[in-house]
Amino acid sequence: MRQERNQARTFTRRALLLGGGQAVLFAALGARLYYLQVVEATRYTMLADENRINVRLLPPPRGQVFDRFGEPLAVNNENYRLILVPEQIGDLEKALAIIDRIVPLGEADRRRVLREARRKRGFVPILVRGNLSWDEVARVEVNAADLPGIAIDPGLTRHYPQGAAMAHVVGYVSAVAEHELTGDPVLELPDFRIGKDGVERFREMALRGTAGASEVEVNAYGRVIRELGRQPGQPGQEVVLSVDLALQRYVMHRLAQEQSAAAVAMDVHTGEVVALVSSPGFDPNLFATGIGIQQWNALRQDPRGPLGNKAVAGQYAPGSTFKMMVAVAALESRVITPDQQIVCPGHYDIGEQRYHCWKRGGHGPMNLHEALKQSCDVYFYELARRVGIDRLAPMCRRFGLGEPTGVELPGERGGLIPSRDWKRAARKTPWLHGDTVLTGIGQGFVLTTPLQLALMTARLVNGGRAVVPRLTRPAIMRDSVSGARRELFPSLGISVQTLNAVRDGMAAVVNEQGGTAYAMRLREPDVSMAGKTGTAQVRRISQAERLRGVRRNEELPWRERDHALFVGYGPVIAPRYAVAVVVEHGGGGSSIAAPIARDILVETLRRDPSRQVPPSRIVADRPEGRT
Amino acid sequence: MSMLEGQPRAVTPLLLDRIWQINWLLVLLLTAIAGVGFAMLYSAAGGSFQPWAEKQMLRFAFGLTGMILVALVDLRVWLRLAYIIYALALALLLAVEIRGEIGMGAQRWIDFGFIQIQPSEIMKIALVLALARYFHSLDMEDIGRPLLLLLPTALVFAPAILVLKQPDLGTAIMLIAGGGVLFFIAGVRLWKFAAVLGVVIASIPIAWELLRDYQKKRVYTFLNPEADPLGAGYHIIQSKIALGSGGVFGKGFLLGSQSHLSFLPEKQTDFIFTMLAEEWGLVGGLTLIGLYALVILYGFLIALRSHNQFGRLLALGITSTLFLYAFINCGMVMGLIPVVGVPLALVSFGGTAMLTVLFGMGLVMGVYVHRDLEINRQGEVGTD
Repeated sequence: MRQERNQARTFTRRALLLGGGQAVLFAALGARLYYLQVVEATRYTMLADENRINVRLLPPPRGQVFDRFGEPLAVNNENYRLILVPEQIGDLEKALAIIDRIVPLGEADRRRVLREARRKRGFVPILVRGNLSWDEVARVEVNAADLPGIAIDPGLTRHYPQGAAMAHVVGYVSAVAEHELTGDPVLELPDFRIGKDGVERFREMALRGTAGASEVEVNAYGRVIRELGRQPGQPGQEVVLSVDLALQRYVMHRLAQEQSAAAVAMDVHTGEVVALVSSPGFDPNLFATGIGIQQWNALRQDPRGPLGNKAVAGQYAPGSTFKMMVAVAALESRVITPDQQIVCPGHYDIGEQRYHCWKRGGHGPMNLHEALKQSCDVYFYELARRVGIDRLAPMCRRFGLGEPTGVELPGERGGLIPSRDWKRAARKTPWLHGDTVLTGIGQGFVLTTPLQLALMTARLVNGGRAVVPRLTRPAIMRDSVSGARRELFPSLGISVQTLNAVRDGMAAVVNEQGGTAYAMRLREPDVSMAGKTGTAQVRRISQAERLRGVRRNEELPWRERDHALFVGYGPVIAPRYAVAVVVEHGGGGSSIAAPIARDILVETLRRDPSRQVPPSRIVADRPEGRT
Repeated sequence: MSMLEGQPRAVTPLLLDRIWQINWLLVLLLTAIAGVGFAMLYSAAGGSFQPWAEKQMLRFAFGLTGMILVALVDLRVWLRLAYIIYALALALLLAVEIRGEIGMGAQRWIDFGFIQIQPSEIMKIALVLALARYFHSLDMEDIGRPLLLLLPTALVFAPAILVLKQPDLGTAIMLIAGGGVLFFIAGVRLWKFAAVLGVVIASIPIAWELLRDYQKKRVYTFLNPEADPLGAGYHIIQSKIALGSGGVFGKGFLLGSQSHLSFLPEKQTDFIFTMLAEEWGLVGGLTLIGLYALVILYGFLIALRSHNQFGRLLALGITSTLFLYAFINCGMVMGLIPVVGVPLALVSFGGTAMLTVLFGMGLVMGVYVHRDLEINRQGEVGTD
């Protein structure tokens, strides 16, 4: 009995201890639950949402690019792709055999599909074949009922219907490179393309638009359970260029007769670039779909530089086309009057150094009119010396030389207008008189781009206004009046007398006997042109060679031949368009560049894009409010 | 034997009395717990009685009937059967082990055709029965003798080692902890527990040296699952996210995103508590824990009311086993203790565990029904 009571007492004591322990542990469970579900609830709710909610980006359709009349330059083509979802298909091999009868599949396609089906989870769609023809799409749709798990997936691929003609202006899109990731998640989509060159690159943000998002609930295996919400994106804006496609094509075609050339045509009043060509071109469609390594290397290693845009990134010594700048600077500095004469003996000496005129015997006495017309070098050597680099350089900058024009293209270069400070900094030697003299004929250090030359010409002939080159327009206009920019550009502050004297000389170049481009004079009554030839030496002619007799361009290897240049405008009275042509290693400005410039100017004047309205078919095609 | 000793103080109550004595409130509590399980299994199947809830309900009905029958059986019958049941359970464990050895694949259950049995679950009750009988037969002085503790120690470790080899760490821990509880309430001196604990701790470094590198790595992951979020740690991380995102009132029945979108593993078995707490929140979780606490409290009261040592030990041993089920399972899904694979008794989907627990609860009720019965050390009515 005592034993029993003792046992019971021990038991009770221990049971209470045990019960107490268990109560404490249960309390710990409650506390833990409270901690997780109340204290940390917000954090875990977020984590649970992160688990289940997946945001899928809906890539925006890229904005299209049109020429000024609405001709398509960059469009999005529907690319129909055949996809299949393995888990909805019983026997994959058999299904592929059926598909093969509808849409022919290569052995490689077949094997790739089977391989991917093994590797990926069953609900992940697999691409069977891309680029289906319309016919194939129709056949798949007809057979859709017999083919569960097979679907047509419409995608968009960028297409450049104009090919090489617009390649440098429009540029191209290509896959996003690692360093181009900015954090915008749309860039990480596998098929996404961004602008790599031209307007495609310059207006990337506008063209891209903003991605929409589809919020979906997924399970642990990534399968979409349902769509929670959809936020539509903003399609890319369309971009309208000031370029006239037909004119551009003409220029492209005209330049194609030379190895390597660039040309720009612009409206001198509005600054609108109506043609901007760098030749040879390339097919931008190669990049949009993915270029092969061989094609890429061929393009990159071509000495004629098809990938670069020579019109804005090619820097050339302007040669005699620069003489207008010297003339303007001299007249404005009053170091000469238009009628004052300078005698050209065929050479010009500064100290020990002798500078030659292109005409060996010399031109004799020259006034400004004759000096421009015949492109006398000695006259401009002397003019440059009188003006001095310190007055010449700022004048050049006023006309848009020496710095990028700001045209809406990537990779534009600024050329070079040398100065004392520049030479000291870049060459570590002081500025010499000889440098000024050489600059006077656009040689030495001076570098300009074809676009800058066109801009310079435009500013000379539009009444001395600081027009700025434009490549895009706000929209496609139904009439020429509302489309024209009414912007009044500020005056450069050059006197009318000076501008008239220089224009007078340029008109003589083409239209007076003895002018360097007299052969190019136009006989048609309704078109007229003025301009200036230029020949830029690429190599240095040694004294020995000069004694032996300077070799003719045709005797030199292509790479050593002179660049041929021409800047011009038309009509002579009330000018509307300026053109600049550079033919790399083309030879003489008057023989090579001038005829090209003439043809371009004639075509420009004939088409007169600034006064033309879009064809009615294009206006009719465009929805209201977008024209 | 004297006359006095030979006379029973109480006799076995009549059957009708016994039925009257069954604690129906306890039956109600157990049904409530199982009901929570049905609801969660229904939800786990995405709002369907198939494939889990219906089966579980049938098992519960079957188990509940069995439980009441067990409660009505004279306690001395169980006392006499205790070692036999233990021996059978051990034999089944061995059979599972041997079958695994001879290449039929490592499994935890035996298929009897109509029913699959996990011997390790049965052992949890069988061990309590055997130990209760053993300690019942000792008096206080005997319990002080270390030699007499060797046999019960062997009774605990023999099955524990077998299940550990399966490998089923959770059950091994439960067996050892359950056995420890019986040693404790039987009155084994505390310093002896301390001594055993000391030996275990001292042997850890030695055992550590014997482990191979990959085994050590497993232990590391075991101790810090979150260092391996995609591997072993994945389950517990997802479980904590599910619990935490449930908040105070939960996401609503059938609306647990973690559970229904498959982020939560094993939601119908080991992680069913997580699903409950995700869908019903803190309120649901605490309610279920409260129900368990009430059942356990009942078990304690029954043990304290019993007039025989076997009944006391049995009732408290089984109640503590139920406690271990609930605590280890909830603790592991909450990230309090490592994941060891212990189901939530009566709620998790699983036949053997449910039947075992109900059988055990039947024994607890039997203790209550026969609370006034005095049983001597030989298992007869009367005192020594």
